[in-house]
Amino acid sequence: MTAIWTIVRYGLEEALRRKVFAVVLLLTLGFLGLFWLGNHYAFKDLSGVQPPAGIDARTFAGSFIFGLAMFATLFLGVVLAIFLTIGAVRGDAERGLLQPLVVRPVGRSSLLVARFLGTVGVCVPYVLAVYFASMGITGSAGHWWPDRIVTPGLELAAAVALVAALSLLGSVFLTATANGIAIFMVFGAGLVAGLLGTIGHALSSHTLERAAKIAAYVIPVEALYQDALGQITADTRGVTRFVLELGPFGGAYIGGTAVRLWAVAYLGIVAAVALTAFARRDL
Amino acid sequence: MTALAVSGLAKRYGRVDALRGVDLEVGEGELVGLLGPNGAGKSTLVKIACGLVRPTAGAATVCGAPAGSRDALRSLGYLAELFRFPGWYSADEVLLLHQRLSGSTGGASERTRLLELVALRDARDRRVEAMSKGMQQRLGIAQALVGEPRLLLLDEPTSALDPVGRRTVRELLESLRGRGISVLLNSHLLSEVELVCDRVTILLDGAVVAAGTPAELAQARGVEIETDEGTRVYEDARREDAPRLVEELVAAGRKIYGVSVRTSTLEEVYLDAVGGETS
Repeated sequence: MTAIWTIVRYGLEEALRRKVFAVVLLLTLGFLGLFWLGNHYAFKDLSGVQPPAGIDARTFAGSFIFGLAMFATLFLGVVLAIFLTIGAVRGDAERGLLQPLVVRPVGRSSLLVARFLGTVGVCVPYVLAVYFASMGITGSAGHWWPDRIVTPGLELAAAVALVAALSLLGSVFLTATANGIAIFMVFGAGLVAGLLGTIGHALSSHTLERAAKIAAYVIPVEALYQDALGQITADTRGVTRFVLELGPFGGAYIGGTAVRLWAVAYLGIVAAVALTAFARRDL
Repeated sequence: MTALAVSGLAKRYGRVDALRGVDLEVGEGELVGLLGPNGAGKSTLVKIACGLVRPTAGAATVCGAPAGSRDALRSLGYLAELFRFPGWYSADEVLLLHQRLSGSTGGASERTRLLELVALRDARDRRVEAMSKGMQQRLGIAQALVGEPRLLLLDEPTSALDPVGRRTVRELLESLRGRGISVLLNSHLLSEVELVCDRVTILLDGAVVAAGTPAELAQARGVEIETDEGTRVYEDARREDAPRLVEELVAAGRKIYGVSVRTSTLEEVYLDAVGGETS
């Protein structure tokens, strides 16, 4: 346990020295400032807005704006997770940082698990903090609160943990730059799948919706994000609900327990592949 | 117990055979030099011994435990040819990190002793990024010694050192041998290997082409006799021919001032073994 905690600290100190936290903190402050400004102006004149029949303007504005914040939260969390893990194995091995650690009687699996725990230990509180700060901004500016408070935040945090696991797996095979590009592309592919699903939903194309759903499950980061979006308006019905399902940066579909179970299984599969590959890798 | 035992070790990278059935042993308290040109398989052998690389065939054990196992890793210290410590760590912090990872209970006194051993006591709080390459290399050696390993695997430990630094390391290796620590030294510096190693193994194209003590490997290169008429060299003569040659010269009325039996240096042995392969 001491060795795992030592590696956790080592990884976090490295991130601190490389100013990863400083960059993410600045980006976060910039985002929250702009988000507050956006909320302020969006809700300022809401009483004068005449929405189409059947749409509740406050619910629509609140959930749409907060949905945008959830995407930004996910994106920032993903950036943090990727920068903490992209060079964990091959990148560090090529720089000669990994070998002195691997020859210690810690075990390669412990090394990888420690890097994952360190990343999750930073990213999960970060995602939850930004999520609740955004919710507070929207709630205080627009007097709108999500139907589910905690679950969507946890799902965003879980999605970021999945990205961290994928990035660690990628780091076993790819150089830091290649891994960073690959993981951002996977994240982008999930996003595109969500947008395709939205288009399919708007056009009532079941084929497109099905393809998007399969893609979202192949990359459950997207499925978790969609479920989190769906959860914030879980009790909303009617036209407002239909429009909200077209949500920002991908549809808001409730996947429920199946998505969460699949995400856990997916994490297990990624972890198993990463640990096996790292155990067999020549350094 | 044998500190390192390697038998029939083979490693293939794609189509390239890095090692082809290498046998090697490092006994307790023994200092063995590993020589060979670049690409001979020296680093691959060392990496297999410390579990960084998996062999294609054969076996390697460290103090009786399979190479790469936790028991094996507990028994060894390793300095990689290309290594780096986080630049923001001080020398003391690097050693502390490795104490924690190796489970060493030596504490601050062990760190102080190791830094003294490699002449870095005054640089205890200096950050790695502010150290010269030579200082970093000496810190690397100190790191390898954390936890008092029974086997030390050193891959080019003196490549970045100046003559004084090399001497420090040479003296350190000799003191380690005195304490019963076994060392496998992979180096290009033949004179250094010749000075400190009990035995030498020369690799070429992944196979052992010569092995033995420096004395065993040294070949007779003639007898040189200094006379009143100048120095005479008998290139085909051997050590046992020397008394007869002296008798003949004395009988012929020559005065003898000195006799030396010429043997090949390790460098000559090495060049003969590798057949002109560049390092």
